[in-house]
Amino acid sequence: MKAIQAVNDFVIRFANVNGTGSASANNLFAKAVFRMGIPVSPKNIFPSNIQGLPTWYEVRVSEKGYLGSRGGVDFMVAINPQSMAEDVASLEPGGYFFYDNTKPLDLRYHRSDINYIGIPLTDICRREYTDPRQRQLFKNVIYVGALSALLDLEFNVLKELIGEQFKGKEKLVAPNIHALELGYQYASENFQCPLGIRLERRDNVGDRILMEGNAAVGLGAVYGGATVAAWYPITPSTSVVEAFEKYANRLRIDPGSGDKKFAIAQAEDELAAMGMVVGAAWNGARAFTATSGPGVSLMSEFLGLAYFAEVPVVLVDVQRAGPSTGMPTRTQQSDLFAAAYASHGDTKHVLLFPATPKECFDMAAQSFELADQLQTPIIMMTDLDLGMNDNMSEPLEWDDSKVYDRGKVFNAEQLENMKERFGRYLDVDGDGICYRTYPGTHPEKGAFFTRGTSRDEYAIYTESGDVYVRNMERLLKKFETAKSYVPAPEFFPAKEATRDGVIFFGTSTASTLEALDQLAEEGVHLDGMRVRAFPFNREVEDFIEQHDRVFVVEQNRDGQLRKMLIIECDIDPKKLPSVRYYGGMPITAREIRRQIHQLRGGATVTKIRRKVG
Amino acid sequence: MTYIRPNFRHPELAANELGYVRKDYEGALSTLCAGCGHDSISAAIIQSCFELAIPPHQVAKISGIGCSSKTPTYFLGKSHGFNSVHGRMPSVATGANLANRDLVYIGVSGDGDSASIGLGQFAHVNRRNLNMLYIVENNGCYGLTKGQDSATADIGSASKKGTPNPYEPIDLCTMALQLGATFVGRSFSGDKEQLVPLIKAALSHRGFAFIDVISPCVTFNNNPKSTKGYEYVREHLAATGTVDFVPVRQEITADFAPGFSQEVTLHDGSVIHLHKQQEGIEVNDRDAALEAIRDHKAQGQILTGLLYVEPDDADFHELQGTVNTPLRDLDTMDLCPGSRALEAINSNLR
Repeated sequence: MKAIQAVNDFVIRFANVNGTGSASANNLFAKAVFRMGIPVSPKNIFPSNIQGLPTWYEVRVSEKGYLGSRGGVDFMVAINPQSMAEDVASLEPGGYFFYDNTKPLDLRYHRSDINYIGIPLTDICRREYTDPRQRQLFKNVIYVGALSALLDLEFNVLKELIGEQFKGKEKLVAPNIHALELGYQYASENFQCPLGIRLERRDNVGDRILMEGNAAVGLGAVYGGATVAAWYPITPSTSVVEAFEKYANRLRIDPGSGDKKFAIAQAEDELAAMGMVVGAAWNGARAFTATSGPGVSLMSEFLGLAYFAEVPVVLVDVQRAGPSTGMPTRTQQSDLFAAAYASHGDTKHVLLFPATPKECFDMAAQSFELADQLQTPIIMMTDLDLGMNDNMSEPLEWDDSKVYDRGKVFNAEQLENMKERFGRYLDVDGDGICYRTYPGTHPEKGAFFTRGTSRDEYAIYTESGDVYVRNMERLLKKFETAKSYVPAPEFFPAKEATRDGVIFFGTSTASTLEALDQLAEEGVHLDGMRVRAFPFNREVEDFIEQHDRVFVVEQNRDGQLRKMLIIECDIDPKKLPSVRYYGGMPITAREIRRQIHQLRGGATVTKIRRKVG
Repeated sequence: MTYIRPNFRHPELAANELGYVRKDYEGALSTLCAGCGHDSISAAIIQSCFELAIPPHQVAKISGIGCSSKTPTYFLGKSHGFNSVHGRMPSVATGANLANRDLVYIGVSGDGDSASIGLGQFAHVNRRNLNMLYIVENNGCYGLTKGQDSATADIGSASKKGTPNPYEPIDLCTMALQLGATFVGRSFSGDKEQLVPLIKAALSHRGFAFIDVISPCVTFNNNPKSTKGYEYVREHLAATGTVDFVPVRQEITADFAPGFSQEVTLHDGSVIHLHKQQEGIEVNDRDAALEAIRDHKAQGQILTGLLYVEPDDADFHELQGTVNTPLRDLDTMDLCPGSRALEAINSNLR
């Protein structure tokens, strides 16, 4: 029988039952690999359920640093009998199937082309523990211990991590290490360790960190000066505000009084959440909310108001599979239309597309600057894959010389010295961005009425068509100005000159870059560009202009980014072939490569097969 | 359509203790129908703010959509105002209040705005005890869309269209009492003597102050068969008592018979003095207030006046534990934890 031989380059998947405490054991495994200096990319594949349904945790180990989903599984830790048929079937030929052999394996789960590793987890637990809860929890730790022997995962690293995890609860350290030892011992005594698939210490991680995108967004909001967060719980965005709260409770408490330099309102729905953000931002606070697609639908009403009344709000959309309730725990990049053109009438919103936790942090902080500078909603488009998984990332950085730029706001002194009449919607500087005032600034000057109805330059209600059009044109001018404020794209030039390009964004980045490497090895060269914002900057248009054909990679059915490029940059649709995957799992390099081959005419399509040892 | 009001005013107009005259609290000319109850409420707000000597620019006016929500343009022209979206005034007011706890917040809404499209937001702003005055200008109909029944129209009440309303009405005072408002009152736009002290007390109250003001729609709902018309309301009014509001620093001079008067000292030291119509009404008892509303309704009467007040409950900021400085006045130094804290966070993620 064949057995996959691989060092630091494989995919391991854990099949568990939701709510059995497996998450922390699985995290322990991923973190230990990371500590050995080997790049990892863990993904939670979980149901919309709290307890009982199957859940998976997949870790891609790649010393070359490929962090996108690869597709296929080399090593299955099959703890959940419910999903075992599926788990057996998903293994690559030559892969390893790790299971609990306390009872003999059902014959239906036998495959002749994979390797079985049976460890009597239940038996060991029954011998060691009397408390049923302990039996369940330690079973998870025991299999991590066994993997340590089987894969050469350094036992000392595991011990060190357990020590850190239970800092302050030292009583728990020894029992956990004991459980690790139980697994380690059994595996070493019963199997030829390590297996053909294994780990070896490297120095390929450097100073990088492992962080969930949502946590980075929450922290970025703290650094960006957000003081009001209003929200309504929804998967997969909930942990954004939870992270904001956690970090703010640590970093934003007034040392003298113990009072909070922030406020968090859990609203009655997403309408109210966005309403609160609009109210707070109008009144001069930096405010934000986080939601997912269904929430964006509800917030559209207020987004239209904020666009038209020019209130600087920040919205984080952690996208999941739609439409409607869709697949709440699966990822997609499918809210681009809903966000970019949210609300009735002619509206356009600024979007940011982060791809890593560091960028989640940077762009969250930057959102507040942009919102204040442009006086319009800023929508950060992240997704479940980036938000709810530990992603390897460059470390977070902050420049201490930075002072918040609140944009064009008149203070009391400026109003006092003002000779002319204050006009809230007067385009004094010719960039479409006007000066605003906060309520309560000056006793006599600067007050104005904010409304969603049409108004003149002095904020006075009007139904004059000319005045209305003048205002709408100015808003368009402001959107044009925004192009020079939003982050520029990132370029990945091919090693050889080419007339083909590829555009991608957000969580399609890692897989696309891996696919580009694979294609280059096959002699197919493409220049890459990662779009980081909407409106599309000049550089985006130039890139398309400079190529004959540009593939657009995204995770939605309708090719939303592609269509926005066609509409907004006036591009011939034939020039932009679409590469899409939207099944709810992250797009893979294999899929991108396959589709690009196919779109190029099929002549060079080769069978994509992983080398089996 | 905009009007400029003539600037001329009598030179000897009385000024309040800050030196502002009544005119400083006025707004643009109303574009509502002549005789609209809402204009009387705007006038009562102007008078209340003038008498309380609130600096006009320290007030933020917020409203939703509808005839009532247009009125913030017609009072306090030196204040910032926000005419937001239908039924969503409470959330905008909540955010605004979180950003700056030092301003006075006046929210104006209508029965369509609060009892239908915005019922959810109305319910939840009560629960938070947000420090604001929330006025519903209640005419039982949708004026701007030409007179459809609203959710506060009584059963059997008929507007100009003539068809009696068959649906159970929503009583916003009852809801406010059940949902935690700490100041609840009802009044009538035609009763300035009652409305002004009530608004003054509500503005001085720290916490969520709700006043439901019956305000007849002269165009669509002022006919004899309507229970929200001038005639009907005048004939069926009952009051918990007359309210005297004594601002802080002012001496109480009146003397009342025991059992028929009750004093409530508000958080800022001002005092509400209630002269009761009958012995036994207590304004600090939610259940008694609910019962009184129900009993009067059963007798075909509309109970007005101060129904309930609890001056000492924690408001939203206290519940949140926010700093005393308005959040919007905190700058980079106050808010940004800096690179050293970030380095520590990085270390924990390796």
